[in-house]
Amino acid sequence: MRLVLEKRAERSTRMALLSPLIAIVLTLVTGGIIFALRGLDPLAALYVYFIEPLTSSWSIEQLIVKATPLALIGAALGVSYLANVWNIGAEGQLTAGAIFGSIIPVYFPEMQTPLTLVLMLALGIIGGMAFGAIPAFLKNRFSANEILTSLMLVYVAQLILDWLVRGPWRDPQGYNFPKTISFTNWQTLPSFQVLPPSIGPLYVNLGAILAVLAAISLAFLMGRTLKGFELRVQGVAPRAGRFAGFSREKTVWFCFLLSGGLAGLAGICEVMSTVGQLQPGISPGYGFTAIIVAFLGRLNPIGALVAAFALAISYLGGESAQVALGISDKTARVFQGILLFYILACDSLILYRFKLIGLSAAPVESRA
Amino acid sequence: MNDQLLSIILTIITASTPLLLASIGELVVERSGVLNLGVEGMMAVGAVCGFGAALTTGSPLIGILAAIAAGVLLSLLFGFLTLTMISNQVATGLALTLLGLGLAGLIGESFVGQPGVKLQNLDIPVLSAIPFIGPILFGQDLLVYVSLAIVAGVSYVLFRTKTGLIIRAVGDSHQSAHALGYSVIGVRYLAVMFGGGCAGLAGGYLSLAYTPQWVENMTSGRGWIALALVVFASWLPWRLAIGAYLFGTITILGFSLQAIGIGIPSQLLSSLPYIVTILALVVISGNRALTRANTPACLGQPFVPDR
Repeated sequence: MRLVLEKRAERSTRMALLSPLIAIVLTLVTGGIIFALRGLDPLAALYVYFIEPLTSSWSIEQLIVKATPLALIGAALGVSYLANVWNIGAEGQLTAGAIFGSIIPVYFPEMQTPLTLVLMLALGIIGGMAFGAIPAFLKNRFSANEILTSLMLVYVAQLILDWLVRGPWRDPQGYNFPKTISFTNWQTLPSFQVLPPSIGPLYVNLGAILAVLAAISLAFLMGRTLKGFELRVQGVAPRAGRFAGFSREKTVWFCFLLSGGLAGLAGICEVMSTVGQLQPGISPGYGFTAIIVAFLGRLNPIGALVAAFALAISYLGGESAQVALGISDKTARVFQGILLFYILACDSLILYRFKLIGLSAAPVESRA
Repeated sequence: MNDQLLSIILTIITASTPLLLASIGELVVERSGVLNLGVEGMMAVGAVCGFGAALTTGSPLIGILAAIAAGVLLSLLFGFLTLTMISNQVATGLALTLLGLGLAGLIGESFVGQPGVKLQNLDIPVLSAIPFIGPILFGQDLLVYVSLAIVAGVSYVLFRTKTGLIIRAVGDSHQSAHALGYSVIGVRYLAVMFGGGCAGLAGGYLSLAYTPQWVENMTSGRGWIALALVVFASWLPWRLAIGAYLFGTITILGFSLQAIGIGIPSQLLSSLPYIVTILALVVISGNRALTRANTPACLGQPFVPDR
């Protein structure tokens, strides 16, 4: 008797929806086992890790803050991956966006009008797009593998950032710390109260609202326009796409500019809110975690919005578990990695199903 | 001047060896038709496990074995997902890198700042005393020779033996290989494990020989450079060795220029290997004839036998 995978006649829509849920449950079980092995009460530890972040309005605000960049990047990466364009350098495009947007406060610190805000966000998007354009150009012109080029550019972007904040852009009054001047007033994102004090109060910043708008627009693009159809065809059946006359080059450009731009927006939003200035280490790997968000969200923009919260919980839970249980906050990254493994394994069950084969029933397979 | 040149050459060799080890393993994996993007993650876990095992036992050799074992274990996880569960190879490789980097950070937390155990250089009497050439040819650590032996072995097996023919057949046309009665999945499992062992060994080299210590993210993209090297070498072992040494040279020249202090920002020099990697990919990929001749035809494609 042995267990083999057998191709289903058609893709299972039920498994497509169930797969991320099964993956999350399996991750929690694995997490519980890891906690138990370290001598902790698994249920109590899992509570601190995954439930506590949802219990106060303060922690929900924090959750939204962390989910914002993940949703912005994850939604766009999902679109790219669906079209078979593998941008894995979102972390670099995020950094480039943060650098470009910071040009305004660094060189024009006196500029304090609503226009400052708009300019900074626009420059952030442009920076991310410009950086995303490099792998797209190299792919189209020289067919250089976009996975490797986009990833190499992450290191380049981080080194450029490091050079800027230690060199030309360093705050002269900053006691030699590697950072620019602090951003103030219109150089930071405004916050809005979305729930009244009676229930919340709950404040969210402009970035979160932009993330929701981006996810909705991308969902519209993918589900209701010819462009969305074109992208999906190129992912599922590249040959059919060619016969239909869809340009592969244009798709590569589109995906990289889209995901680069949104990653850049996420970057500038981070420095304009949580970080408050340009410095090394502006992101705890949001650009990479967003890859997991994209897959957990079924490569669907709205799905990415939901998935971003799941991953944000793991970041926040990691922080509170470090305080409450003395577990390293690095555990969060392990959980995120395990989660992606489970999702990918479960996703196989969309196209395949398990089948038990008895030895006698197996066709003659001997090497004649 | 001679002493300076000698020390530069010696550091070039130690900087090139981890790249060579990781990429020769991935070359075999890709020749069998599998694309494993998890090299960086396997290297990181290899580095931390090698460091930890050497630290607790005091023996760098046990450290090396632990590094290899860690790489093989992680690659089995990748193999199970992509070969048995038929998952997407690109996504699974990325997952392996993310998980590996996370695991390495977690395991290595207590090792940060601890002095490591260094793998000693071989000192072949008489021969290594020859001025200049002696230390270069006969005074390296064991793994430098091992890495070159692996290249020679892989080159021989792939192109001069039946085993190599089977590996390449599986990578070029898995349906034909299957029809001939070869176990496509079995060959790929073995290739993936070989690649994992090499990546783990490369990581162990970093934490035991190159810089005997543990620092988080100490692999700093070397696994990805190794992947690019395989493309750069157009899947040929000896060309890979030349490529790895070329990259080692560029990295070390960057450091040396930094030490001389010629007014170029250090960050720009540190980014040199990454920029050169991109340039190398552009040059090689632009040459269609060269890449098409050697690229395994089934690279990255899942294998589902016809029933």
